[in-house]
Amino acid sequence: MTEKAVGIDGKAYWKAVIRLTVSLLVIWFAVSFGAGILLRGWLDQFHIGGAPLGFWFAQQGSIYVFVGLIFYYCTAMRRLERKFGIKG
Amino acid sequence: MDWTLTWVFATFALYIGIAVWARAGSTNDFYVAGHGVHPVVNGMATAADWMSAASFLSMAGLIAGLGYGGSVYLMGWTGGYVLLALLLAPFLREFGKFTVPDFVGDRYYSDAARVVAVICALFVSFTYIAGQMSGVGLAFSRFLGVDFNTGIFVGMGIVFFYAVLGGMKGVTYTQVAQYCVLIFAYTVPAIFISLMLTGNPVPQLGFISDIKGEGVSMLQKLNETVTGLGFAEYTSTNKTMFDVFCITAALMFGTAGLPHVIVRFFTVPRASDARLSAGWALVFIALLYTVAPAVGSFARLNVISSVNETTYVPAAAYDDESAAITERGGTPSPAWFANWEKTGLVGFDDINGDGLMQIRGPAAPDGLDNEVTINNDIYVLANPEIAKLPDWVIGLVVAGGLAAALSTAAGLLMVISSAISHDLCRRTFFKGMSDKTELRIARVAAAGAVVAAGFMGIYSAKLAFVAQVVAFAFGLAAASLFPVIFLGIFWKRMNREGAIAAMLTGLVPTFAYIWHFKLGAGKASTASDWFLGVSPEGIGFVFMFVALVVGIIVSLMTKAPPQDIQDLVEDIRVPGTRSPHGVADAGMLPVD
Repeated sequence: MTEKAVGIDGKAYWKAVIRLTVSLLVIWFAVSFGAGILLRGWLDQFHIGGAPLGFWFAQQGSIYVFVGLIFYYCTAMRRLERKFGIKG
Repeated sequence: MDWTLTWVFATFALYIGIAVWARAGSTNDFYVAGHGVHPVVNGMATAADWMSAASFLSMAGLIAGLGYGGSVYLMGWTGGYVLLALLLAPFLREFGKFTVPDFVGDRYYSDAARVVAVICALFVSFTYIAGQMSGVGLAFSRFLGVDFNTGIFVGMGIVFFYAVLGGMKGVTYTQVAQYCVLIFAYTVPAIFISLMLTGNPVPQLGFISDIKGEGVSMLQKLNETVTGLGFAEYTSTNKTMFDVFCITAALMFGTAGLPHVIVRFFTVPRASDARLSAGWALVFIALLYTVAPAVGSFARLNVISSVNETTYVPAAAYDDESAAITERGGTPSPAWFANWEKTGLVGFDDINGDGLMQIRGPAAPDGLDNEVTINNDIYVLANPEIAKLPDWVIGLVVAGGLAAALSTAAGLLMVISSAISHDLCRRTFFKGMSDKTELRIARVAAAGAVVAAGFMGIYSAKLAFVAQVVAFAFGLAAASLFPVIFLGIFWKRMNREGAIAAMLTGLVPTFAYIWHFKLGAGKASTASDWFLGVSPEGIGFVFMFVALVVGIIVSLMTKAPPQDIQDLVEDIRVPGTRSPHGVADAGMLPVD
């Protein structure tokens, strides 16, 4: 339990967090629901190796992007915390 | 089957050893492992907690049968971790208590809200755990020649030992060991099969490679093979796009709302560790989940090419008879088929009496009937034998399946016992209870839950809802728990009235819809009877939306939450600033 830190601009920090969260969720939606479901039919005309691209996104690609998204979020949040003087 | 026994004994001894080493001394140890678990370790434990007997044994086979349709599980059960990391886990850790109902009850300053959350958590967890226990019973009865019920008793004994003694601390470290066992057992056969089929040792790459020595891609060949036998194309599905969308979303939001997954993020030291831990959890989960579609497609191709149109040879005197058939110029059915026929997982019925085994789909071009039945689990279980791997690997797969079932069961037990000892006893009915008494009750509750789960496993064949765990657990978690937790963090104005209204509008219609179409009067109905064409597996997503809207409207029509609550929400948004706030923390102070 720490004392309420003085001088942290909580509102500006939260705004920055929301901006980051929304942009990452857009990517999250685009690779799974977008590439893997809604645009699959169109994407399937392209291939990655021997797999149709839309099918590949649904069974492989989206998962790799998910992992990348979370780790990017961790570093971006760390940067934000430093910028706003927050000790996580 | 001697190797199987050796592996099962060795791994069980390991789990018990860990349990003795990691005993819990306080409720803080028992519920959240003292908030002291390293993020990578917690990631691994979360992966084992998450991947159940069904993920390990059945998912690859499910995908093998469904083709593209199986993608809903792959995206749904991994994409939920992005939601957990970005929307829930770090904030709930910053909140600093023990359980999901703790958050719901304190954030919405209401014991009624707490009790509704407890009901959701208990129903979801019991549905889920019964499946794990019956999985343990099946593994024992099929592979060790032990009676189904005895198998469940052995499983109960093991879980009892480390969950009751060690609580979350014991569960965490056994889950780490269980993850290692299950991932090794899963990937080793997959690597060999990928190598055999495509020449590439990495299954994820083999999945998109050409068949070894042929100029055609593995997926293309699979498509041609299955359509040639009258099945639907592998890279297609018969579900509508909207339904695929809803099921994927329900599984994602359900994953994020499952109590036994959320509490794993309470065990790390800080909010930033919770984020990192979610990333590691997904890495460890993705290791299995990106291999599974490869295993499924390889196995479908292998099973068809090694069984179809071969001459059936029964297990008795397999060697002599198969040699005789080869001599006559025929192809005998493979040895693994004869071996697994004993377990009832594969079967052959010679409908046209020609002695050959025909695998055919519903639209077979030559009009022949299908004569071969194949259980989904066989695709993982028989893999080592199809790849001609040594006996010890085959035994390892059974130990891996047991590890997956036991680790998930233990995680669920922790939710059930804390719901009773912490949320109901300490936080709702006997508020002045001491830590020591609570720890004793927690142990008794865990013990009682083990016994209850075991009996649900034994009677699982009679409890029809157990088979619908995917629809029930994920649908209810998505529709009832996710909206209130999410709004509780991201919308300060959300109040008690809105929360209770949202939970009930999520819980009741979702439950009724799934019950009606899976077990009740609408059991025989077709897709055209479904609401908006959404299957029971995907309905949780629809009602989650309704719940969000209802929660917001009811909140706006009623009084804003007290200042203490609004201060609490500001605190959990900014790491390291959490301090106690009157009403919000009256029942229990946050633990650092």
